[in-house]
Amino acid sequence: MDDFYRDYILDHYRNPRNFGTLERSDAQAEDLNPLCGDEIRMQLKLDDGVVEDVRFSGKGCAISQASASMLTEMVKGMKLADVAKLSKDAVLENVGIGISPTRMKCAMLGLRVLKSAAIGELAGWPDEE
Amino acid sequence: MSVAATPKVDAIVADFPILARPTSRGKRLVYLDSAATSQKPRAVIQALVDYYEQYNANIHRGVYEIAARATTEYERARVKLARFVGAQTSEIVWVRNTTEAINLVAYSWGSSNLRAGDALLLTELEHHSDLVPWQLLAQRTGAELRFIPVDDRGVLVLDDLDRLLEGCKLVAIAHVSNTLGTIAPLETIIPRAHAAGAVVLVDGAQGAPHLPVDVKALDADFYTFSGHKMLGPTGIGVLYGKHDLLAAMPPFVTGGDMIRRVEYAHTTFNDPPRKFEAGTSNIADAIAFGVAAEYLQAIGMEWVREHERILTGYALGRLAEFEPRGLAIYGPRDPALVSGVISFNFADVHAHDLASILDTEGVCVRAGHHCTMPLMDKMGWAATARASFYIYNSEADVDALCSGIEKAARVFGV
Repeated sequence: MDDFYRDYILDHYRNPRNFGTLERSDAQAEDLNPLCGDEIRMQLKLDDGVVEDVRFSGKGCAISQASASMLTEMVKGMKLADVAKLSKDAVLENVGIGISPTRMKCAMLGLRVLKSAAIGELAGWPDEE
Repeated sequence: MSVAATPKVDAIVADFPILARPTSRGKRLVYLDSAATSQKPRAVIQALVDYYEQYNANIHRGVYEIAARATTEYERARVKLARFVGAQTSEIVWVRNTTEAINLVAYSWGSSNLRAGDALLLTELEHHSDLVPWQLLAQRTGAELRFIPVDDRGVLVLDDLDRLLEGCKLVAIAHVSNTLGTIAPLETIIPRAHAAGAVVLVDGAQGAPHLPVDVKALDADFYTFSGHKMLGPTGIGVLYGKHDLLAAMPPFVTGGDMIRRVEYAHTTFNDPPRKFEAGTSNIADAIAFGVAAEYLQAIGMEWVREHERILTGYALGRLAEFEPRGLAIYGPRDPALVSGVISFNFADVHAHDLASILDTEGVCVRAGHHCTMPLMDKMGWAATARASFYIYNSEADVDALCSGIEKAARVFGV
C-alpha cells in the first residue's frame, strides 16, 4: 500500500484518458459503489463489433479513476465480445499495483460498468452461429 | 495541562487491550473511528466470557441456578441502562441496534398512528437509518415527509420550525450528526414539537455515547441508541419509550417470550418492555452492555463531554494548519456546537486515498458518505474523511493524524 500511489497512477487520476462524454454512443452503462459513492459512466462507440471509441466520466478516488482511465486505453480496438469477458486479473495486471482487499471494489468499478455496457449491448445481438 | 492529556486518559487507554496491539506495520493503533464503532474495555469483554463460561442459560424460563443467574444479570443490565439515561426500567426495550429501534417505532407506532395527510418531520442531517424507515412509512400511509434544513456549516435552521410542525405527528431527529458532529438543540425543538402535538423520537446513536443524557429532562418520547458505539458489544441496543406510548403500541416482532397467554386462535401479549422482545434475547451482549454503561458512568459523562470538547478544539486547530494547502473542514468550527466528530477533505486527495495512506501509519479514519448521502448531495461533497474521538483518544492521536496527512501530502505532491 505504501507504493500504491505510483506516479503513473496519480497521472491517470489527475489527467484521466478518454474522459468525458460521447454525443452519440452505441452502448453505455453507469454505476456507483454504494459504500463510498464513487460513480463511473462508460460509453462505447462501436464499429462492426469492435470498440472504436470509449469515454468515461464520474468521480471517485485515485484507484477507481486511474483504473477506469487505464481500462479505456486497454479496450480501444478490442472486440465487444472480448470486452464482455474481461477478467479481474487482466485489469489488475493492467493497473500494475497490488490492490488491498479493502480497495478492490474501487479498482473494479470501471470494469463492472464497462462489462455491463458490453453485455447489455450484446444481449440485443442475434446469436452467432 | 489540558484534560485531553491527563493521567486519566492513560488509565483509560490501559483498559482497552486492542490499543496495546501494534498494527501489522508495527505502528501504534490510533483509533479515530469511534463514531462507526467504539473499542471495548477489558471489563466488557470479560463480561461476555463470564456469561458463556460460568452461567450460559436461557432467561425467563429455567428454574435452575445458572438460568436464574442469567435472568438476574440480564434484567440488572436493563436497570443499568435505565439509570444511564434516566428512564424507568420498564421503558427500556432491548433491540439489536438503533436501526432496529427506529424500525420498531416506524412500524409499530407509525402504522397505527399515521394517516394520509399527516406529516413527519426529520432533519437534513439524518443518517440513512433515521430516514429510510420514515420514507417507507410515508409511502405506506400517504403521510408527507418534511425536513428541517441545515445551513452550509451543518447547523439546523429553525426559522420555519413552527410552520414545518403544522399537521406533524412525529419528529425524528439525530441528537448528534454522525457526519458533522452537530449537536441538535433538542431543548428548543422538543417543547415546540410537543406544543404542535407531535411525538419526538431522538436518534441517540451518536448522543448517548458522548453526552450526558436524561430522557425525562429532554422529554423525549423515544430515544434510541446502540451498545457498540458506547464501549458495548455489537448486536445490542436500546429503545427507550415513554411507558404510556409503549403500552399503547402493537407488537413489532412476535413469537415466544413476548406473550402472556397463547391459544390456537388468539394471543394476549406481555407488558412492555417484553411485549417487544420476541424470541431468545441477545443475553450475553445485553449483560456486557450493562457493564459498558457502568464503566461510562464511573468515568462520568460530564467528563466524557468535556474531554471530547477539548480534544475537538485541539484537532480543529491542528487541522487548520493545513488549510493553506487545501484542507477543508466541514461542520461548525466551534467545539461547543459539535460532539467529537470532524469531517474534512485534503486538496485533491480523495477521502478514500487519504484513509488508505493514514492506515499505513496506523491511523483509522472513516471515508465516504457516512450513510448520509442526501446531506452529501446537498453540500456537494462526493466523500469526506471523518475523524471521531472518544474517551481513549488524546492529543497524541490528533498529532498522529496530522503526521499522516503530511505523508499524504508527500505521496500526492500537494
